[in-house]
Amino acid sequence: MRPAPALLLLAPLCLSAAAQERRSGFQDMARETQALQQDDTANPGMLWVLEGEALWNRPAVPGGQSCAGCHGNAEATMRGAAARYPAWDAASGAPIDLAGRIMQCREARQAAPPLPRESADLLALSAYVAHQSRGAPISPPEDPRLSAAREQGRALYAERRGQLDLSCAQCHDDNAGRRLAGSTIPQGHPTGYPLYRLEWQSLGSLQRRLRGCMTGVRAEPYAYGAPEYVAIELYLAQRAAGMAVETPAVRP
Amino acid sequence: MMAPRRLLLAAPGLLLLPRGAAATPEAMAEAVHGFTGGAEMRPGRVAIDISPLVENGNTVPLSVIVDSPMTEQDHVRAIAVFNERNPQPHVVAVRLGLRSGRAILATHIRLATSQTLLAVAELSDGSFWSDRAQVIVTLAACVEG
Amino acid sequence: MARVLLNIPRGVRPGEVITIRTLIQHRMETGYRPGPDGEVLPRDIIRRFTATYDGAEIFAADLSPAIAANPFLAFTLVATVTGPLVLRWQGDNGFDQTETREITVAP
Repeated sequence: MRPAPALLLLAPLCLSAAAQERRSGFQDMARETQALQQDDTANPGMLWVLEGEALWNRPAVPGGQSCAGCHGNAEATMRGAAARYPAWDAASGAPIDLAGRIMQCREARQAAPPLPRESADLLALSAYVAHQSRGAPISPPEDPRLSAAREQGRALYAERRGQLDLSCAQCHDDNAGRRLAGSTIPQGHPTGYPLYRLEWQSLGSLQRRLRGCMTGVRAEPYAYGAPEYVAIELYLAQRAAGMAVETPAVRP
Repeated sequence: MMAPRRLLLAAPGLLLLPRGAAATPEAMAEAVHGFTGGAEMRPGRVAIDISPLVENGNTVPLSVIVDSPMTEQDHVRAIAVFNERNPQPHVVAVRLGLRSGRAILATHIRLATSQTLLAVAELSDGSFWSDRAQVIVTLAACVEG
Repeated sequence: MARVLLNIPRGVRPGEVITIRTLIQHRMETGYRPGPDGEVLPRDIIRRFTATYDGAEIFAADLSPAIAANPFLAFTLVATVTGPLVLRWQGDNGFDQTETREITVAP
């Protein structure tokens, strides 16, 4: 069912990403920041993973269902799950990211009030679930229903935007590995989300990071939960196919 | 024997700097004076372990180790760390004892900009030893509003 | 109750020096940062951390705004007897949290 990573590397990818060897942002960080990510007793992202574990086992509403009530032990049932997102959601007839799926489950199947995007509980649950895929290769589903959105994501990635009139590709494909104001420009693979960003001093989602980039080029960011983010993430996941999940990563 | 001190409260005035002001070497010296009481500080026995080049000043791993057998006759009573260019000069101050086993402290700190850090250890014989470290701090390229 | 992550070694022998690693979720608001309205957000930090074991306070730390968010503190102690290690964080706005873990010492 899951496509072999080798086949995905042969699939048409952005030329630059395929031409240069793919590097996770982990490899572009200082040694000390790498050490922080690799130490589960010091990685601040693990605080959210722990919180997520508690939320997983607690009923979403008093007397209601917990995640564990349906999904059992996450270490077994969620293994590799996050690596296969974004996925197609039949209920809404659109692609859905992991956080969106968790939000949907809470409302539709646990009769719980909605978890807002970027809320502490949603980040914690996303971190806990994605953590169960740590080490697994990013494995975008081959579902043809995702193709249109993935193509939209590819176009968004290549589109110039903002007052600085820059596209994602211009930094993260054409200039990856070079320096921007003292920092190394990473290739921009979503290998460790949600992640603890030192700049945020908090755990945050890929959408938060994309919004930060859009603000950085002086473009109006899409609202949290916008389908554009899921489309971009679909494209990024294919671009990063086969790379290992690192959640919860640490990044500067 | 010195009575236990609330180490940071030794210089409360320094916590009331106007917004936007940074600590100065003079402010750091005053903070150090609050810890040592003006006693002589000798370089040595203390080692600061911090990266000389920091990619984000928001979370910087820092360790301080003092060369000490931690015996009744010869042990470290306290270690204090100070900075020169943050808004205020204190970083952290710890109290150790014979039950510590080793004179070591590890934490994550914030550095506003490139600067010098100073670690001072108070020994059981009343002497003070120190180490300095120069750190260059670069910031994230796209700072979120 | 803030989430904590504590690492207490197991399989400890009497007299062994062990490292205790602690991490607690806390914003450590410095008191220098402007909020969205431009006004400086008030200081809200953990100010003091203590560790008590075998009847004595074996480690104490006075923290400042220069300690990073989600404070990490690691220290050592000489393991003598099986018993509780009591860790306490106190700070602004009445922050006061205690966590107790068992240190098990076996020859």
